Formats: sequence, C-alpha cells, structure tokens
Amino acid sequence: MTEYVIQANNLCRNFADVKAINGLDLAVEKGKIYGFLGPNGCGKTTAIRMLTGLLAPTSGDISVLGLSLPKDAEKLRTRIGYMTQKFSLYDDLTVEENLQFIANIYGLYGKRKQQRVEELLSLYKLQATRQQLAGSMSGGQRQRLSLSAATLHRPDLLFLDEPTSAVDPQNRREFWEQLFDLSEQGVSILVSTHYMDEAERCHQLAILEKGVKRAEGGPQDLMSNMGATVVEIASEHLRQLKQQLIKLPEIISAAQLGARLRVLVNDSVNEPIAFLRQQNAIQQRDTLTIVRPSLEDVFVTSTGEHKQ
Amino acid sequence: MTVLIRIGAIFVKELLQLKRDRMTFGMMVMIPLIQLLLFGYAINTNVRHIPIGVVDASQTALSRVLLQTVTATQVVEVKAHYQNSQEAETALASAQVRAVLFIPKDVSQRLVRHQTLGMAAPASTNEETSRPVAQWLVDGSDTIVAGAIKGLRNMPLVELIDKPANRNTPTFEVTLLYNPEQRTVVNIVPGLVAVILTMTMIMFTSAAIVRERERGNMEMLITTPIRPIELMIGKIIPYIFVGLVQVTIILGLGHWLFSVPLNGSLLQLAAATMLFITASLTLGLVISTLAKSQLQSMQMTIFVLLPSILLSGFMFPYEGMPLVAQYIAEALPATHFMRLIRGVVLREVNIIEMSYDLYWLSAFIVLGLIVASARFKKRLD
Repeated sequence: MTEYVIQANNLCRNFADVKAINGLDLAVEKGKIYGFLGPNGCGKTTAIRMLTGLLAPTSGDISVLGLSLPKDAEKLRTRIGYMTQKFSLYDDLTVEENLQFIANIYGLYGKRKQQRVEELLSLYKLQATRQQLAGSMSGGQRQRLSLSAATLHRPDLLFLDEPTSAVDPQNRREFWEQLFDLSEQGVSILVSTHYMDEAERCHQLAILEKGVKRAEGGPQDLMSNMGATVVEIASEHLRQLKQQLIKLPEIISAAQLGARLRVLVNDSVNEPIAFLRQQNAIQQRDTLTIVRPSLEDVFVTSTGEHKQ
Repeated sequence: MTVLIRIGAIFVKELLQLKRDRMTFGMMVMIPLIQLLLFGYAINTNVRHIPIGVVDASQTALSRVLLQTVTATQVVEVKAHYQNSQEAETALASAQVRAVLFIPKDVSQRLVRHQTLGMAAPASTNEETSRPVAQWLVDGSDTIVAGAIKGLRNMPLVELIDKPANRNTPTFEVTLLYNPEQRTVVNIVPGLVAVILTMTMIMFTSAAIVRERERGNMEMLITTPIRPIELMIGKIIPYIFVGLVQVTIILGLGHWLFSVPLNGSLLQLAAATMLFITASLTLGLVISTLAKSQLQSMQMTIFVLLPSILLSGFMFPYEGMPLVAQYIAEALPATHFMRLIRGVVLREVNIIEMSYDLYWLSAFIVLGLIVASARFKKRLD
C-alpha cells in the first residue's frame, strides 16, 4: 500500500471574493518529488501555505504526515522544512550566524549545533562565504543557504516555493542534484515552479490554473496522454499563418518558435497532417512534421483558453 | 531548556542586528544626550531678559533711574523707546517687544506719595496714595512672560529714594523643599527619563515584530517551532539594557551638567525603572501586533508619545488638568513613572510608599503581555 505524506480533500481558500484555491484534491506519495506547475497567481503559494499550516483553509481537509491541519500545525513544525519564495533569512546576519540562529530555534546547541552547521556549510558549498552577510550574496548562494536552513533539522517533508526563480541555469541544475540527493535519503518534497524543464524532473506533477488542478500525473504520462498532436510547420509567412490557424476549433494553440510554428491539433482530428494540408493558408512547399510533445504543450492543452 | 535556547537565539540575533544597524545604535545614545542638553538648557520657566519697550512721558531724571532699577532686576531688557502708547502697542502686537513700561508725566508726584516710601500702609481707598508709579502693558497671551512681569508689581524701590521701605508682613510663610533655588532643570531631568524611555522603548519594540513581517522573515519564523512568548521575551531583553544605559546617561549627565540631585536609593530607582521599561516595551509589542508596517507603528508610537509628554506631568502639573485629561494620564505608564522617579530622585521617598503606581505599572505589563501574545498568531491570515 502506498503511503501518503500529504492528503487534501476539496481544499478551498477565498481571499475576499477571489477563489485562490478552488476544490483542490491532493495525494503526495512518500519519498517522491511532487511538483506544482502553474503561472504566477495560480494559487501555488496559497496551496503551500495551507499545507504548511500558515493559512487556514476556507473549507476542506488537510492531513500532512498524519497530522490534521490547521489544528496540529505546531506539532508539524519540527517535521517539515519550508523554503519560502522570497529569501526569508536575515540579510544583516552572516551565513554562519543565520544557520546558528536556525539551529538554536530548533533546539540544537553546543557541539551538536556546530557540527550540523559545518556539515551544511560543506554540503552546500558555503564555507567560503560563511562570514559574508546574507544580503550581499548572489541568488545562487542565497538559495543554497535557504535550502540548508530549511533542511537543518532533517525534516521528513520539504516544501519549496519557486526555489529557482532567482537563479541561473547552472545553479538550477546543481540545485536539482541536491534535491535528488535529499529524495534519495527518503525526504518527500513538494516543489512549485513555473519552469517547464524543472517540472519535467518531478516524479509527479499537478498543473494548477486559477486555483484549480487541471491535470495530474507523471511528466511522461502527461505528455503521452495529452489529447493533442504537436505539428511543427516550417513556412515563410508564419504570423499570417498563425492568425488563420487559431481560428479553427480543432487547433488548440499555435506558437511561433523561430522559423517554425508549433501547432497543437486536437485528437478529435484523425490525420492531423492531412487536416492541416487541407487548409488554404498552408502552401505546398511548407513542411509539416509531427514532433514529440513537451510539457509546455501539456500545460497549454490542459489550461485551455490559451489560443494566441 | 529549549525554551531558554530559543529565547537566547532571538536575543543574540537582535544584538547582532542592532550592532550592524549603526544608525539605530547611534540614536540610542544620541537621543538621550541631545534631548537632555536641549531640554536642560532650553526649558526654563524662570524667564529672564524679556525684551521690553518704554514710553517715557515724563522724561525726568527720576524716570531714568526708575528704568535703571527695573532693568537691574535682569527680568527685562529695554529694546526700544517709543513716543506714545499707540506706537508701543503696535510693537507689542508685532512681537518686537513682549511688554511695554509706560511712565506717566506725573511720575515724581506719584512716587513721593507712594506707599512703598511711607512707613505706614496707606488706606487703599485713598486715590492719591494708592496710585501706582507706572504701568506695564504685557503680552498676556504667554502666561509665563505675564507671570514674570507680574512678579515686578511689588518690587521695592529703595534704591530710588534713600528711605527705608515699607515692608508688609506676608500672610503666609512659604518654605520650598527639594528645590529651594527653584531651578526648572531639577524637575525636568528626572521627567526627561520618563519621556525618553517612552519614546525609545516603544519605538524600538513597536517596530520589532512589524520589521520581521516587512522584511519577509516572518514567514520563515512562524514555520519554526518558536512560541510567541519566547519571541517576545527574546526581543524585549536587549532593549531593557538599552533603556538602563539611557537612564544612566540622562541622570548621570543631569547630575554632572545641571547638578540635579540624586537623593534616593539607586536600587529602588533601578527597580522602578525596570518596571517602567518593561511596561513601555510591552506597550510597544502590542502596537507591533496591531501595525501593518513600520510607518504605522511609528504613527502609533507618536500617538502614545504626545500624551505621555503633555499629560504625564512632565511639562504641566497633573493637578491643573481637567478631569478627563487626568483619566487619560492615569492610563499612561509614563504618568506613574513620572511620579515614581521624581519621588525617588528628588524627594528620597521609599517607593513602597508609592505602591499604587507600582501596582499600576505591574498590571500594565501583565495586561500588555496577554494582549500581545493573544494577538500574535503564527499564521499569515
């Protein structure tokens, strides 16, 4: 039987008249990396705040690590780690002081504290910057510091809210290596992102839009069960072509990628190439090829209303 | 044990942040220092050298001697001479002078018949002898200036004519205890301790929690197992020391520069001060849980600070205020501390004798901590 670290049923949260989260069901398996993918303002942060006990849901039930929220939020504190979207350690403390502060807050002191701090400094390559004020560090360094602070007390479950939004691709790759290391050690991770390549690394994904879960599954499953075919068209007058294609009800979206137009054709069309060839806008010398769908295509298909 | 570690962690963190915030650190020393010098030198209810104008209608040797006698008191200083009283009144209205001395034509006749020169008191009904020598026109809108000139009303004129003065026996004998020289600064300096502590203590703590929220540290803090009361206590302790340093600066410099006596027991002084500092800090914490931004917390601090300066008895006697103002004053910790510190420092009182104020401050602390902890939620909504 699979063990779940997070279970939520029909979770709702309203801010005044806005439904930030609307009827969200969630089941996150132990030891997995679970991703929230969605545009800014889709409710990712609100969902994470409710799952960490920082926000009370308007309605719905939450159970995290077997504890019911928000009732048992205090008991949960020592078992979860939370890395906030915005850097939330102290800018005017050094790297080492920040870590020592967090260690003290979690009840570590003396030798054990120093040992753990050293361990994290070397694990996250922060020894060289230990005396540096956190406020003066680069995005990548800050992010590593945040991660080390969030994992200092060895939590069973880690929440990461857009952890790589202020980080270059190189650092992003290294960061994910570290997440896989943690996952290997048995830590369950919930991460939110709006980067497709990052979402692709998760074991399991939920695509959120306007507070509603539009799709869920492994990245590969999502791509193969997308319900649309991706056709790339190489043509000379792409702008014009795009305008005409997106008027068709069978076309989910059309987006220009350099010299090609990436068109999503609904699976209700049996022969997408033939269907497109019938269109006046497509000329004889244009080349049409079916390509492997990407997560972005999944995102566009499942969120809909994205014709452009 | 973990409770103490966590309080210690907050305490150390606050100290480190304080150390790196040079401006705030400097203000902690500069606020009491500058305020002490400003208040100590500027506030003086014994007014001297009031600028006056003179209208001398008699133009005699006697009128000039009279003028010299008046100036010799140093209460007034002659700034201008005017031809007539209209001119003088214009000068008074435009604040070129604060008072005008009008010497009438018949000043010599008036003086000869004046009661101050006769041995026996004349009947006040006698119009001839009860006429004053000259007249003051005073800008009465400033009561302190008016009071100073009024004090000249019965000034002796012995130097004027070589005759012994007619001194009436006063109805009452008045003995001035604790501040016989009537120096304003003696009353101001201990009061200043209350005002400055109110200002700095409330200001620092009222920003304390809001700052965590504004800088985005709150979201991290509330996901940790720290308890609200641990956070509050950890944040208060560094400022208790700051407060004690400030008290030392004010009373020490006040003693050294302005010779303000330190009569009572220093231990009792420290006890009363600690009580007041803690009360102010809890008030600051309550503000901190109400305010949404540091700007708001500043505004609320000023909201408390102004009545603390004006109603606490620092500037105006508590007894002279209307009843409603007295009720408001009673609610402010500064009023109670004002009584306590003046009592200990100036009148050498045992604070046990002033238990009402002690109880009130203690009750304020307990109430404040309850309200602050109840209002502080480890939630974002």
